[in-house]
Amino acid sequence: MSLGGDVGLRVQDVTVELGGRRVLDEVRFELPAGTLTGLIGSNGAGKTTLMRVILGQLSPTRGAVLLPDVAGHRAVGYVPQKFLLDPDMPVRGRDLVALGLDGHRLGFPLPNRERRRRVAEILRAVGAEAVADERVGRLSGGEQQRILIAHALVSRPRLLLLDEPLANLDLRSAREVVDLLARVAREQRVAVLISAHEMNALLPAMDRVIYLADGRAACGTAEEVVRPDVLSRLYGHRVEVIRVGGRVLVIAGDSDDAEPSHPHHHDGAF
Amino acid sequence: MGAVLRAIVEPGFFASPVVRAAVELGGAVTVVAALVGVFTVLRGQSFAAEAVGDIGASGGSSAFLVGAGPLAGFVAFSAAAATVLELIGVQRARGRDVATGIVLGLGFGLTALFLYLASSRESASGATATILFGSIFAIPATALPLVLLLGGTAVLLLAVIYRPLLLVSISPELAAARGISARLVGFAYLLALATAVALAAETIGAILSTALVVGPAASALRLTSRPARALLAAALIGLACTWGGLLLAWDSYYWPPLHHGWPASFFIVALVVLSYLLAGAWTHRPGRGR
Ligand SMILES: Nc1ncnc2c1ncn2[C@@H]1O[C@H](COP(=O)(O)OP(=O)(O)OP(=O)(O)O)[C@@H](O)[C@H]1O
Ligand SMILES: [Mg+2]
Repeated sequence: MSLGGDVGLRVQDVTVELGGRRVLDEVRFELPAGTLTGLIGSNGAGKTTLMRVILGQLSPTRGAVLLPDVAGHRAVGYVPQKFLLDPDMPVRGRDLVALGLDGHRLGFPLPNRERRRRVAEILRAVGAEAVADERVGRLSGGEQQRILIAHALVSRPRLLLLDEPLANLDLRSAREVVDLLARVAREQRVAVLISAHEMNALLPAMDRVIYLADGRAACGTAEEVVRPDVLSRLYGHRVEVIRVGGRVLVIAGDSDDAEPSHPHHHDGAF
Repeated sequence: MGAVLRAIVEPGFFASPVVRAAVELGGAVTVVAALVGVFTVLRGQSFAAEAVGDIGASGGSSAFLVGAGPLAGFVAFSAAAATVLELIGVQRARGRDVATGIVLGLGFGLTALFLYLASSRESASGATATILFGSIFAIPATALPLVLLLGGTAVLLLAVIYRPLLLVSISPELAAARGISARLVGFAYLLALATAVALAAETIGAILSTALVVGPAASALRLTSRPARALLAAALIGLACTWGGLLLAWDSYYWPPLHHGWPASFFIVALVVLSYLLAGAWTHRPGRGR
């Protein structure tokens, strides 16, 4: 069973148990095509695990993942969390993007104009033309992120997963990458899912949010989800949501909590 | 000028059938080693290449015991070593050092044993020098078809797995996201590496074989940031080193001690090292950004 044209992903009651622990607990949501969704949760909340389930690298204990039906090319593009590219690796950004197109194919790649054109087009779309001929390991974090996004996008996926793509970026680069991804989602009709432990960088561009805590998920628009009642239920203890100057702070409530003033990781303003 | 040229290219170099065989055989082996070596350097598996070579040496020396040609022994044992490396876990960064270290030690031990046993037989005199330091001028021209077959197979295998191998070498995570099995691709590559190392061992000796695999590739990778160009550059640099080394070895017949000739392996490896240094100097030459 697969999905129709206007849905990028459907996750149905996915439960994952690893090493006897329930890492994901009946997670269910749907990503409409052409939207950008934030997957927010602190360290260990299960963001990477969820992405691995969607990619098919990990089978859920229960539940199912439905992907769009695409004939002939890959439905999912993926940018993994924190990995290092060797600065001496003799590979240009352009080469890495081309491998996004046909890296799984066998045989030596012959020069191909259509392949070159497609790579150049996607490099232009992510604004990485200027650095595409440098060794990719020598690029800055933000430049590498653009190349990796191009690598994931070049095969025209219907769903794009990015695991903490903003983790090593300063505020400006983070905003640029988020704007880029929002534009990609709209223009290419891709469902984009971005994980982060901090939601503020995503707030302006995010259509929907999936909030993960202890393996359980709440999803909807930011107004629907980032509310004291919803998050308190999710965390299982009292949580306060404070909005200051367009930013959102989620902090543990000051009553009946073992660690009264301990802030959660996603509060950004600290 | 003419005199200088005549002094370098000693009369008779091109006329000798021994030289011709060495030039053809050495050339073929060098190209295979250089192409495979590009990925050895990219993947940081020089140490694994060394371990495969050491086990290969024990294969070459055991071949003397049973009276077979060393090439068969080199190939069989190198391939076995590649399999053992894979089983111990050479693909994992942590397993890499341990796996290679163990295999390498075993290789030296077995080589010592087999060479000791072989040296007690008359038919195998000179085995030690042949296995460890090669005998490029003594390989019969009839070996060429087998060398071409083995080398061609290794290069073909490399061409088939080229793109997945490149992606796995850049980032196993990105490769996994595309459904590429890093283990399968890595093992196929180890087999190509084992073949290249075995061929190199046959030509310039087990001890120096790694230099022929890793050296030209490392020089090439200093010069270019494109994988396909690195392959071409590695092959050309390798050929220059091997053929240059053969020429110097031929010349050295007239150097002291007179009428002995220095080993070709020495010259080849010396030129490989020189190429690496020159490539480094070229990359860091003044006026170049990085
Ligand atoms: N193979 C495994 N075996 C046992 N537990 C695991 C395994 N993989 C992950 N976990 C556990 O699952 C939980 C969720 O891990 P996950 O990597 O999904 O978190 P995350 O939200 O991506 O965190 P971070 O922000 O630090 O990347 C963690 O507590 C982790 O220890
Ligand atoms: Mg994670």
